Amino acid sequence: MTKKVVAAMSGGVDSSVAAARLVDQGYDVVGIHLALAKVKGHAGGKGCCTLDDARDARRVADRLGIPFYVWDVSDEFQKEVIENFVSEYAQGRTPNPCVRCNEKIKFAAVLERSLALGFDAVATGHYARIIETPQGPTLHSAKDPNKDQSYVLSVLTQEQLSHTILPLGDSLKPEIRAEADKRGLITASKPDSHDICFIPDGDTAGFLHRKLGEEKGQIIDAETNEVLGEHDGVFEFTIGQRRGLNLTKPRPDRAARYVVETDVKNKTVMVGLPTLLKVDVVTASNVIWCGPIPESPFDCLAQVRAHGERLKAKAFHKDGNLTVEFIDSLQGLAPGQTIALYENDRVIGSGTVVTTARN
Amino acid sequence: MTYLDHAATTPMLPEAVAAMTAELAKPGNPSSLHSSGRRARKVVEESREVIAAALGARPVEVIFTSGGTESNNLAIKGLFWSRIKKDSKRNRILISAVEHHAVLDPVLWLKEHDQAIVELLPVDEFGRVSVETLKKSIEKNPADVSFISVMWANNEVGTVQPIKDLVKVAKEFDIPIHSDAVQAVGCLEVHFQDSGLDALTVSGHKVGGPQGIGVLVIKRDIELTPVLHGGGQEREVRSGTLAAPQIAGFAAAIKVAVSQRFNRASRLTSLRKDLINKVQEVIPNVVLNGDPENRLPGNVHFTFKGCEGDAVLMLLDAQGIECSTGSACSAGIPQPSHVLLAMGRDEQTARGSIRFSFGTTSTPDDVTDVINVLPAVVERARRAGKPAVKS
Repeated sequence: MTKKVVAAMSGGVDSSVAAARLVDQGYDVVGIHLALAKVKGHAGGKGCCTLDDARDARRVADRLGIPFYVWDVSDEFQKEVIENFVSEYAQGRTPNPCVRCNEKIKFAAVLERSLALGFDAVATGHYARIIETPQGPTLHSAKDPNKDQSYVLSVLTQEQLSHTILPLGDSLKPEIRAEADKRGLITASKPDSHDICFIPDGDTAGFLHRKLGEEKGQIIDAETNEVLGEHDGVFEFTIGQRRGLNLTKPRPDRAARYVVETDVKNKTVMVGLPTLLKVDVVTASNVIWCGPIPESPFDCLAQVRAHGERLKAKAFHKDGNLTVEFIDSLQGLAPGQTIALYENDRVIGSGTVVTTARN
Repeated sequence: MTYLDHAATTPMLPEAVAAMTAELAKPGNPSSLHSSGRRARKVVEESREVIAAALGARPVEVIFTSGGTESNNLAIKGLFWSRIKKDSKRNRILISAVEHHAVLDPVLWLKEHDQAIVELLPVDEFGRVSVETLKKSIEKNPADVSFISVMWANNEVGTVQPIKDLVKVAKEFDIPIHSDAVQAVGCLEVHFQDSGLDALTVSGHKVGGPQGIGVLVIKRDIELTPVLHGGGQEREVRSGTLAAPQIAGFAAAIKVAVSQRFNRASRLTSLRKDLINKVQEVIPNVVLNGDPENRLPGNVHFTFKGCEGDAVLMLLDAQGIECSTGSACSAGIPQPSHVLLAMGRDEQTARGSIRFSFGTTSTPDDVTDVINVLPAVVERARRAGKPAVKS
């Protein structure tokens, strides 16, 4: 029987081509646009959940001759992604909302609903590959290293991967644009989205200020404990940040200083030399294996931010907790970030950073 | 394809297609003074007479608009502005809590921009406004009421309002009263003069005419401030070139719709009752919304407890059955219906609702088609439930 697939269509070029390819491959495709943000009337042009995007997705579905519906998951998105984002920052952590959205919304709520409604799989325009193996499906980096999104998908279980189709994993981004153009899709020349979709102006600090108010505190030199300045909220700062510190006193040697630690309780931000940013050992919770569970310990490559480099490491796991010892040097990692572990290009699994330490 | 969304729009009647297409390629602006213009004007005026006759109105009371939404906007803003100009105290608007957005939203616009005080008249469990409710609301201060607007029959749940009784109350206090009869014409007897209404909204495409044309029927002694400004084609109250082909199509449709109303209504009533009975037989936990008897002949509106209306709609669509969640949509995003909420339903119940609406082309086969697939569809939608979030 023909497989029935939900194509999640954001209204961008990638998910448009993904849906088109599924149609070509003979799947029975239904286009679904997820209404993530609570928009009334005409929301601003950017972001991934505006009325314009829904309209673009609908026009692509028209072109492909597939049914198209909008699913309202704004309540879930508000609770699981936006409120979580704010509360994580309020607690001094640095969350990745795209990872969270994939884990809780796209490949959980939406996939579950699709399966219950009689579909076999959900397809998205993410750049990553799923390979069938005798041990079940495994998740791999995309062919296009510039667009690889396997990191933000590192929260998918094998069960979820077995109902997921990623039609773009073997393509380069320019090929996708050219294909969209050739297919006459309205989204062919739409710019890529880079920002967090619910903060379309890119001003995360401003967004957090509106949600959390002002929480004035001190900026302190991590070595001398000298007060170097004031800030309007610890949540404005993330470990490794250099810009926007507005320090009143330069160091005698004029060396640049970075945020090396934040303390929500005492409302202080510690700054210092980059040597203080070095991380040797990381512990993580919320561990998810994307393939067979590896034996502990194992050698791997670890990636700690989207499009970050992969560093040699050794990982230990026990009772759902993960410890990663870095062999290559890592600088600047904040609690709340996702740490994804790879074996070559295969995603082994991921966890959420709880603590970091220097040897 | 089983089309059961006639309340959204119903296919054009052959008579309307013939009348409209006959006009499409002919030259002539009805306001032009030459022979072609006069010919087009003649089509418009003859159509006006046909439409007036079908609605129990005088031709001079018929104002052409682009459809139901514009007619409602003209009635609401036009009445509010002209009344307040004469008496600045008259700023209170009374409408039922179950009005279509084309009434509700212009009223809320006046609240936001023109300091109107808006009173939503509460309804009973079937969505009906009572005479006592209206009376009580007016009596708070009869001197500050601008106007009253209550729809003839509800577009979602089909409940028919006691218009004649409500009009009597309005007359007691000498307050103008408007009714949106978009869903009623062609299904119920709508006679403008007998109704005693001051203004009445009618749409072309709901009676088998083309989309993009409607009328506001308005008594001659009621003053309206225009909303659209321009050539003043319609008694200086509405501007815009008169759309002769659409008007001809509308007139042809309403003539047929009204003259065959009785037969069609009884046919649709039996289809409706058949579908309601069968659905209640084969599907557990289903609630019929709206007045069980006093409702639009072709309207069936159910809540299937424990599932989302949009899931049912999608699964039915995949089986070739077209219906509606009966709720207002913005970019296709379902909102819980304000009509069901006003009737006392909770938000979750309001989201689990589906409207089937029969029309001229409906047959008993349509009922069979629905009954063949609906039980499995509802069961599946119930299993899917509300999108559950893993946490």
